[in-house]
Amino acid sequence: MDTKLKIQDLRLHFGKKEVLKGINLNIKDNTITALIGPSGCGKSTLLRSINRMHDLDPSAKLSGSVFLDGENIYDRKKSVVDIRRKIGMVFQKPNPFPKSIYENVAYGLKINQLAKHKALQPRVEHALKSCYLWEEVQDQLGKSALELSGGQQQRLCIARAIAVEPEVLLMDEPCSALDPISTSKIEALMLRLKEQYCIVIVTHNMQQAQRVADYTAFMYLGELVEFGETAQIFNEPQMELTRNYVSGHFG
Amino acid sequence: MKLRKAIDQLMQGVFLSAGLTAVVFLLGIFGMLLFNGAKTFKEVSLAEFFGSSNWNPSAYGEPSFGILSMLVSTLMVTAGAMLIAIPLGIGTAAYLSEVASPKVRNWLKPTIELLAGVPSVAVGFIGIVLVAPAIAKVFGLSNGLNALNGAILLAVMALPTIITVAEDSMRAVPKQFREASYALGANGWTTLVRVVLPASFSGIIAAIILGIGRAIGETMTVLMATGNATAMPNGFFDPVRTLTATIAIELGEVAYGTNHYYSLFGLGAVLFVISLLVNLLAEKLASKFRYKL
Repeated sequence: MDTKLKIQDLRLHFGKKEVLKGINLNIKDNTITALIGPSGCGKSTLLRSINRMHDLDPSAKLSGSVFLDGENIYDRKKSVVDIRRKIGMVFQKPNPFPKSIYENVAYGLKINQLAKHKALQPRVEHALKSCYLWEEVQDQLGKSALELSGGQQQRLCIARAIAVEPEVLLMDEPCSALDPISTSKIEALMLRLKEQYCIVIVTHNMQQAQRVADYTAFMYLGELVEFGETAQIFNEPQMELTRNYVSGHFG
Repeated sequence: MKLRKAIDQLMQGVFLSAGLTAVVFLLGIFGMLLFNGAKTFKEVSLAEFFGSSNWNPSAYGEPSFGILSMLVSTLMVTAGAMLIAIPLGIGTAAYLSEVASPKVRNWLKPTIELLAGVPSVAVGFIGIVLVAPAIAKVFGLSNGLNALNGAILLAVMALPTIITVAEDSMRAVPKQFREASYALGANGWTTLVRVVLPASFSGIIAAIILGIGRAIGETMTVLMATGNATAMPNGFFDPVRTLTATIAIELGEVAYGTNHYYSLFGLGAVLFVISLLVNLLAEKLASKFRYKL
């Protein structure tokens, strides 16, 4: 399996505070990689730097590189719009637009001019089917997305992200606002989606990391402490700190 | 326990009556305007009042009471002002909310809000000595006291309201919507047009309505700057006299209880109804577009 994302000496400051202290990490294609660690360790910050979301925050100063298929996404010549199209993101709190279900999924296709009128419909349908949402919403595509349940909204957000056929899917604690049944649906969805995408997920839930992730990275205070196959991280951690965290001594 | 309940009920009563006071005032004003205005129609037909543009209520012998030209003037000046103020105001609001750095916003916004505090008589003065000569020069007119002058000045006066309210509603759009849009590969412009503006649509409508209200009701500025001719205007280069200016000019001198006196209340009632219609329309538009973008 190939390396899809290569993070090299990534450092990030918010104002004077160093939030990421030189992260090095290789993420393989068609796998799920979980970022775990206590609150404030920088795992969400790391995730957001993979699709340059920190560009929107003027106080953020970043150095180092993130390579997607060998190309540095922080290269000045690279268009941030292209990068974000290739690297989709799902957020912690479901954030569908206050538009109809159909318009939500069609949004990315329309703004990137990936499909015109007639071609839109099948692609929207395909994205919704991939997220097991089609059965539930096919008769009410014109309904406001805000009328869906939390779990449905999150699956809609995943459908919206994969409609533009990205290569990488970043998920920032996608289940933290959801009930167990919705969570298990999303986890099943992730396991299916990894056949097509490289998925990176931030999670607070260590059981979730063990259920879905092939690889796990443990972060603490802005540093990457340990990275390896999930089973190894949870069963035979090499570092004292990792052992204490995964066994529940702190965090 | 009893005391707490009594206080609770008392406070409910206090707030209820506070709320009702506003309604009472509103109905009182409308009732008075309507009651006095209606007396006009003992001697003047509705067709003449609304259909004629001949306004000469204090003429000896045969006075005339047609308000059409003033109605047209008010609508024309207001519409002209909005043509200028809406794009400018929403553009500025979008700049402040989406583009400007916090530093720029922190001094620009208070400055714009200060503009709302300029007295209308000062704006009218600037209209007479500055804008009107400029208009006359640019368009080769003998003088610039016309509808265009009024529209420009009213636009300036309505701008702070439109900008402040529209910007507040754009900033109230949750950050998550913007992030979702950016994460899908949208740029700033696309995000503004497709996400922020639709999501803040009801607030923008409210901003426009408040701006229209400011423009329709404004009196001193238009009285000073638009030339005050009661003839039917043929375009923006003609002098006009609005409903508000007419009331302000004539009510001080009119003899109490005459037809002329009552007809001025009639003008007030017409103004009131216009504002009411604009507000109702806005309410309808805003609720129609909410969440159904």
